[in-house]
Amino acid sequence: MYFCTKFLKHKKFNPGMVTIKKSLHLLTAALFALMPLVSNAETPVVSAHDSLHAATTETSHETHGSHDTHAEVDPSSKEFVKAYTQHHLMDDHYYSFFGNAEEHRHYGFGLPVILVDNGLKVFMSTEDFVYKGTVVENGGQYYKYYHGKVYKTDVAGTISYDEHHHPTNEKPFDISITKNVVGLLLATVLLFLGFTALAKTYKASPNNLPKGIARALEPLVIYVRDEMARPNIGEKKYKKYMPYLLSVFFLIFLLNLLGLTPLGLNVTGNISVTVCLALFTFLYVNFSGNADYWKHIFWMPGVPWPMKIVLAPIEVLGMFTKPFSLLIRLFANITAGHSVVMGLIAVAFVMKQTLTTPGAVGVSFLLTLFLTVLELLVAFLQAFIFTMLSSLFIGSAVEEHDHH
Amino acid sequence: MEKLINDFSLGLFFWQAIILVVIIFLLGKFAWKPIVNALEAREEGIADALAAAENAKRELTNLKADNEKLLAEARLERDAMLKEAREMKDKMIAEAKEEAQTAGAQMIAQAQASIQSEKNAAMADIKNQVSTLSIDIAEKLLKGQLADKQAQEQLVGSLLNDIKLN
Repeated sequence: MYFCTKFLKHKKFNPGMVTIKKSLHLLTAALFALMPLVSNAETPVVSAHDSLHAATTETSHETHGSHDTHAEVDPSSKEFVKAYTQHHLMDDHYYSFFGNAEEHRHYGFGLPVILVDNGLKVFMSTEDFVYKGTVVENGGQYYKYYHGKVYKTDVAGTISYDEHHHPTNEKPFDISITKNVVGLLLATVLLFLGFTALAKTYKASPNNLPKGIARALEPLVIYVRDEMARPNIGEKKYKKYMPYLLSVFFLIFLLNLLGLTPLGLNVTGNISVTVCLALFTFLYVNFSGNADYWKHIFWMPGVPWPMKIVLAPIEVLGMFTKPFSLLIRLFANITAGHSVVMGLIAVAFVMKQTLTTPGAVGVSFLLTLFLTVLELLVAFLQAFIFTMLSSLFIGSAVEEHDHH
Repeated sequence: MEKLINDFSLGLFFWQAIILVVIIFLLGKFAWKPIVNALEAREEGIADALAAAENAKRELTNLKADNEKLLAEARLERDAMLKEAREMKDKMIAEAKEEAQTAGAQMIAQAQASIQSEKNAAMADIKNQVSTLSIDIAEKLLKGQLADKQAQEQLVGSLLNDIKLN
């Protein structure tokens, strides 16, 4: 709440933004008004074994190879929506844009699978490999895809399970270019294009006005600097942390926005990504921590010595809970947003019987439109909060204490 | 929680870490640093320009004040000169007046003196003539009246009367 009010309080309009504000408004309004339409075009489809797994948790896992036998998939069933949403939230080794539930088809393109297993094993994933459990042979080894992970199997693709239905097969270290990595690379390219363009405008003179998209980026850079870095880290030291804060802010913001497009990406809603981001903040905070910072953790000044002993473990725990809260907050917010959007899109299918097709699509369209606009705010807010808190933590680590 | 740990993918983590490092360093070199520096340079430039404008304004005010001071001084000087001139004029007029007055008075006095002396002379002349005339008249009268003896006596008598009365 504090940050919310602070954010609102500091919300002021940069004069440079005014001229482009109108066109930006129009553009975003148009983009996001059309978005549910495109998103709706994405017919929910789930791989047979995912939907099957969700719907009938107790079928024999041995039969996974023969998916074609489970032809009965009802896109309007709650289990299907749940499984489909679940599937969207997960990373994937195949880039699927849309699919056909009845025929178990996914339309998209394969992505390179890179495995570290006695050297690098590289092959392109296929629809069959990812969604139908086909065994792939590479370099004398057999690999099978099961629930988002690649396992080593024999030629028949046998997967053995422990008592919790967890596969016991060996997992090679998987550094595949998954859907999320593609999203990350796309975001990186976009960031490079946008910000090298912005940097270029200043080459001749710092007084040059940026053109095009860079015009919209400049106020954001100033926003990160003046609302996050400067007040939290301090005038003297903030510059050192600007590359990190700007990178994190724009990466999260852009990935959040990409997640709202029909590209079907959910990068910032993936725990691995947020763990990595939070780990970087953790490293930045603790590697820039000065003597005062460590003293406040292990031997809190200004309190009696028994308290110092009690406080030390709490403070040490605090070192980890702070970035942990960052990673959970980002992950949970984006995951929740995506889940709800997916659920509302599913209204078009689930309510088809009661509302007729146009009615269900209309209701779904309106609800999704509303939520997408809300998610637009969340996309910015989460990037803002992550960066804001990162700079706050860094600020507390580099702060000079001369009181107590 | 178990699901979260299960969902955690070391491969994705690995790529995210590499990409983040690349973004921080490459964008740092080619974008963040130039942008932040340029923004700072621009802000400094603006601050300098504002300070310069402020300075110029202050100098202008100073100049204006100086001008006004000079003007006021000139005006004072002019006033003083005018006053002096007026005083001189007044003084000259007064002096001339006084001179004229004294000269006039002198002339009047001279004229009066000469009038007086003329008058005196005239009076003396008139007295002479009157006395001559009266003597002549008296002579003629006496010659006429003293032709008889009675008249002579009567005259002596009246003269005597007159003396008595005096």
